[in-house]
Amino acid sequence: MKDVREALMVGRNTQGKLVRRPVSPFMIGSAYKPQMSSVSSILHRITGVALGLGTLLLTLWLVCAAAGDGAFSVIQAVLASWIGLIILIGFTAALFYHFCNGIRHLAWDAGKGFDLPAMHQSGRVVFAATVGLTVIFWAVGLYIW
Amino acid sequence: MNDMNTDPTIHILRSQLGRARGLGSAKSGLHHWWAQRVTAIALLPLSLYFVLSVLMLEGASRTQMMGYMAEPWNAVLFLCLIAALFYHLALGLQTVIEDYVHKDAVRLASLLAVKGLIVFCALASAVSVLKLAL
Repeated sequence: MKDVREALMVGRNTQGKLVRRPVSPFMIGSAYKPQMSSVSSILHRITGVALGLGTLLLTLWLVCAAAGDGAFSVIQAVLASWIGLIILIGFTAALFYHFCNGIRHLAWDAGKGFDLPAMHQSGRVVFAATVGLTVIFWAVGLYIW
Repeated sequence: MNDMNTDPTIHILRSQLGRARGLGSAKSGLHHWWAQRVTAIALLPLSLYFVLSVLMLEGASRTQMMGYMAEPWNAVLFLCLIAALFYHLALGLQTVIEDYVHKDAVRLASLLAVKGLIVFCALASAVSVLKLAL
């Protein structure tokens, strides 16, 4: 054993001989069923990367607005098209998920809500809040429009 | 890591300090973690402000957009949003790249490309807001 982390992977069998314990497979894949913990975790990462791509759109929107009337009318038309709306719906859903699940992560950082029932409950609240906030946003948005 | 085919053994004569020495420090690991939390907390109110701004600017003409940014509070809040958002994004994407890209050269190239693009987009966004506001 060269590294202290390996101490957790080495045990003794009934003869007292040192044996290497099996290592757990990756959480996402064929070995495990999808669980609240693993699914909400990987979704936080996926929505984070998706929001990063959406940020390119935010940059483009601001740059077009600064550039002039022609550029701004083009980007506004693209965003109001069907493809634009689908992208924006995805963007808002990702934003609300990352927002709500981010609060969950900050609570964990403060040491709150670590036990399994609380973790499952907060996960369900995050999913429900994501759907609710996205629907409210688009209900208000389409009403104003 | 030991070769998986050999029997595991434990060398207890070497101290943990001896093992850690020469492997390098944790460097800015804590700062990265803390900065990600600070920007996350800043983004809680700022992203709500952004969502409300988007609703208010929905279908706006360029003149309305300039009028909105000409309000000092809006320009400042947008600049705060841009700073926190792109910083948070740079930290998050760095973690993702470091987790999944294992070849040193590819990892370094990806990190440089992503960080460069983020700085470029952050400056382009901030200058655009200032141009609309002033």
